[in-house]
Amino acid sequence: MRQFIQGIAENNHYQATHLLQILRQIQSRYHYIPEAAIEQLSAALSIPRTQIISVIEFYSFFHLAPRGQYELLISDSITDHMLGKKSLIDYLANKLGVVVGAVREDGVVSLDNTSCTGMCDQGPAGLVNGYALTRLDRPGIDKIVALINQQKPLDEWPGELFQVDDNIYKSGLLLNRQIEHGVALKSALKRGIKETLKEIDNSGLRGRGGAGFKTATKWQFCSEEQQTERYVVCNADEGEPGTFKDRVLLNSYADQVFEGMTVCAAIIGAKQGFLYLRGEYLHLHDKLQSILEQRRQNGLLGSNILGEGLDFDIEICLGAGAYICGEESALIESMEGKAGIPRNRPPYPVTQGYLGKPTVVNNVETFLAAAGIAVNGGDWFANIGTEKSKGTKILSISGDCAHPGIYEYPFGTTVQTVLNDCGADDVLGVQVGGPSGTFISNQEFDRKLAFEDLATGGSFIVFNASRNILDMVHNFTHFFAHESCGFCTPCRVGTSLLQKQLDKIIEGHGSAGDVVALEELCQLVKNYSHCGLGQTAANPILTTLERYPDLYQSRLKEISYEPGFDLDGALETARRMANRYDAGAHLAQLEVNEHE
Amino acid sequence: MANKIRVATTSLAGCFGCHMSFLDIDERMLQLVEVVEFDRSPITDIEHCTNCDIGLIEGGVCNSENVHVLREFRNNCKILVAVGACAINGGLPAMRNHIPLEECLNEAYLDGIGVENPQIPSDIELPLLLDQVRPIHEVVKIDYFLPGCPPSADVFWKFLTDLIEGREPSLPYELVHYD
Amino acid sequence: MSKTITIDGKTIPFEEGQTIMDAAMAAGVYIPHLCHQPEFTPHGSCKLCTVKVNGRNCSACTFPAADGQDVLNQAEELIEDRKKITQMLFVEGNHFCPSCEKTGNCQLQAVAYHLNMLDNHFPLFYPDRKVDASHAEVMIDHNRCIFCTLCVRASQQKDGKDVFAISGRGIHKHLIVNAQSGLLKDTDVDASDKACAVCPTGAILVKRTGYQVPIGERIYDHKQIDQVSLSTEHPKHGE
Repeated sequence: MRQFIQGIAENNHYQATHLLQILRQIQSRYHYIPEAAIEQLSAALSIPRTQIISVIEFYSFFHLAPRGQYELLISDSITDHMLGKKSLIDYLANKLGVVVGAVREDGVVSLDNTSCTGMCDQGPAGLVNGYALTRLDRPGIDKIVALINQQKPLDEWPGELFQVDDNIYKSGLLLNRQIEHGVALKSALKRGIKETLKEIDNSGLRGRGGAGFKTATKWQFCSEEQQTERYVVCNADEGEPGTFKDRVLLNSYADQVFEGMTVCAAIIGAKQGFLYLRGEYLHLHDKLQSILEQRRQNGLLGSNILGEGLDFDIEICLGAGAYICGEESALIESMEGKAGIPRNRPPYPVTQGYLGKPTVVNNVETFLAAAGIAVNGGDWFANIGTEKSKGTKILSISGDCAHPGIYEYPFGTTVQTVLNDCGADDVLGVQVGGPSGTFISNQEFDRKLAFEDLATGGSFIVFNASRNILDMVHNFTHFFAHESCGFCTPCRVGTSLLQKQLDKIIEGHGSAGDVVALEELCQLVKNYSHCGLGQTAANPILTTLERYPDLYQSRLKEISYEPGFDLDGALETARRMANRYDAGAHLAQLEVNEHE
Repeated sequence: MANKIRVATTSLAGCFGCHMSFLDIDERMLQLVEVVEFDRSPITDIEHCTNCDIGLIEGGVCNSENVHVLREFRNNCKILVAVGACAINGGLPAMRNHIPLEECLNEAYLDGIGVENPQIPSDIELPLLLDQVRPIHEVVKIDYFLPGCPPSADVFWKFLTDLIEGREPSLPYELVHYD
Repeated sequence: MSKTITIDGKTIPFEEGQTIMDAAMAAGVYIPHLCHQPEFTPHGSCKLCTVKVNGRNCSACTFPAADGQDVLNQAEELIEDRKKITQMLFVEGNHFCPSCEKTGNCQLQAVAYHLNMLDNHFPLFYPDRKVDASHAEVMIDHNRCIFCTLCVRASQQKDGKDVFAISGRGIHKHLIVNAQSGLLKDTDVDASDKACAVCPTGAILVKRTGYQVPIGERIYDHKQIDQVSLSTEHPKHGE
């Protein structure tokens, strides 16, 4: 092991910023991070062991105790649940003879849940040793169980288990045609750097991650910073449940994304760029590396790009299972080899980002659009969309519809149009923008996808009339509690309290004041949390409470108060140990009021 | 005097320290009984409370009997008050919450040093233990909280005189203590 | 003309680079806080110092003061919400004040007193946390840790060590120490370290000092934390 770790440390130039990448390799080899590895890395990277441990304990894909040689994770997104995930994981656990959350006694396999893996259009999905599994069903699971029990290496598993499809159903401005390699860059250089920034400004392009900051303004600010060492970061930590368009863009349009980054680098004067790829998209890693290599060979990356004296290269950083890293400053922390805890702002990344240097962080789709604008000019983009939301938006559509997949629409398109196209009937409502977004009811389908109405990073989950909205709210609320980084009090404690209070109501233990208490707590978490995660964690409850108050009220008891825990259940141990089965050994959950 | 304010008190999983502190109002007790009559309370030996204005609860909820008593108080008291640290957050008894109940019982009745004739007590007269000690506000609705271990005599005095004289009870800084 | 902000209508001068907290404290205005100590890099995690700056919630300890800011500190809504945030800190840990030797000197308790917190409001978590009494002179009671990172920062910034760190995610956050055994006795901590003196709760305690001052005569038994904080953290406001 010493030699193995020495080798990895050396390949990573003993840089502590590469800690995540190093730990990924150790986890992959040993299925945990052994104590000896921590000790050795601490010395090799000159960082305290506490930093290594805090990173291991922060990311879901790192473990201090051994996992199975086959680490199976099943996606816990609401879309997977809608496709029968619960009964599948039970079936899988049963077949494998392992408890969910545990390692089988022989150490061969471990099974657990994981947050949405970005395969919502081809679920139920999972990961085995980090590689995506799609369209899981019972026959598929039987195959997987057999392969694991035979201890077949992953590269001998049938390819169909790992097949990931693009499922592009509707193309627009961006997806219609591929730009030839290098053309965006050549156009930008030919037009001139300043003029290209002006075109991007004219295009009205706003960040596609959801927040919608104007791209040209961000690039302009960064280019005006005094510090000359600057960075470009492409945020491909697509963790919002129900979003998977960046996966498709990186699978089929990666050159354009890289070209957009290179245009950005030319404009802001950056020499180094990073693609922060979520760990769940490990299956794309090698392909992306070879595209980067190809671009270097073609003179589109590296030194003296296109002979124009431009130096720029791109490195891929893989995440390790933490939704919070989609927040740009948490992403930067993660790139620096630390736990993904959002920074205090100001300063913003454009002034102090990666290693404290000016940094542009943009979404995959933003760079793709920027490349298109560099070729076709600002008007090409600005002529489409609405006054405040120019261009098109690529949606990831999943849930109850005939054709889940990728759809590109001009901004301003109504929800109804989208529903018609994807083949959704008898629709109860749509979750727009993922758990952190908004739930809209079937009374609001004339609303428009645009920053000024329904802003979205692209997640669009359809629910038909057979679905129970509270199941969805429950899933999302637990998701946020699981993904809270824990930095600030309102989110760390508040998301757990939200989970408890919601469960109390859903499980039928809620009484008159409990919905009011829930709403109060929602406001507290929303108004006082440090970053977007906490500020939006209550949205699933707030947006459904606003639309379906009766749904919550109907779960409440007609009494003034009921315990939030199972009273009779709390006596179970004592009952069993005292061998008591008389009536006095039980407690009613509700107080029996003799005066009524 | 008719229409005296009826007060009931009890100790659940507590040590009676709050009751002792209450008695520390000393001679002010004479003023108090001018306007207050005690219903169920360790002071009176009345077994069940009926139609009370104020119920003072000391201690948390550790067993099934505590639940029954607490419910009786809630049903019969217009205003229910959590008195002292244990009623408010479980207090000292709740420090057993980290140890599984099974281990607690094993240690106390089966495996502990010096245990003779090891057996878990089993009698329908005995209340069963809850797996965790709970503050009373997690079992019934509570109207007021008097923190302290115990709350000082002045806290009882300030709170009760506020209520009796029709003011919204409030505690000044000097009277708020958790220890 | 020096630059100014207003806090609850009062005009307060500030110097470039100061946070709202710095400016407020220098002017004798107390803003509740637990994870902040002026000697260390601001952290901004407890959120007790949330103030409204031109209508928007900001952490006073990290947000830079800027000319003309209209800051609300003593608004009733903020005070109520700060009380709830304090209650969150109480329910996520195991804070049994009667059995804690820090009682009366504890800032968490003092902030709660200051905000007139009489109950926990939320259900208690009763997490299972350990006590590390391995070291001869210093102990950690994890039940009382509120993850303010003051010990982490003090160890790095004042003691020139790296004894403490916060690990884990979300509600599973926990304090760890720099030793292979995970025990304090195997670290290079010393009872005289600043890191052992900054804990705002009773999570890090120097042994055999707890009862030198009797309960009832302790810092916050008679003085409110606003007064204590201004006089100790900004001595020019001392009596």
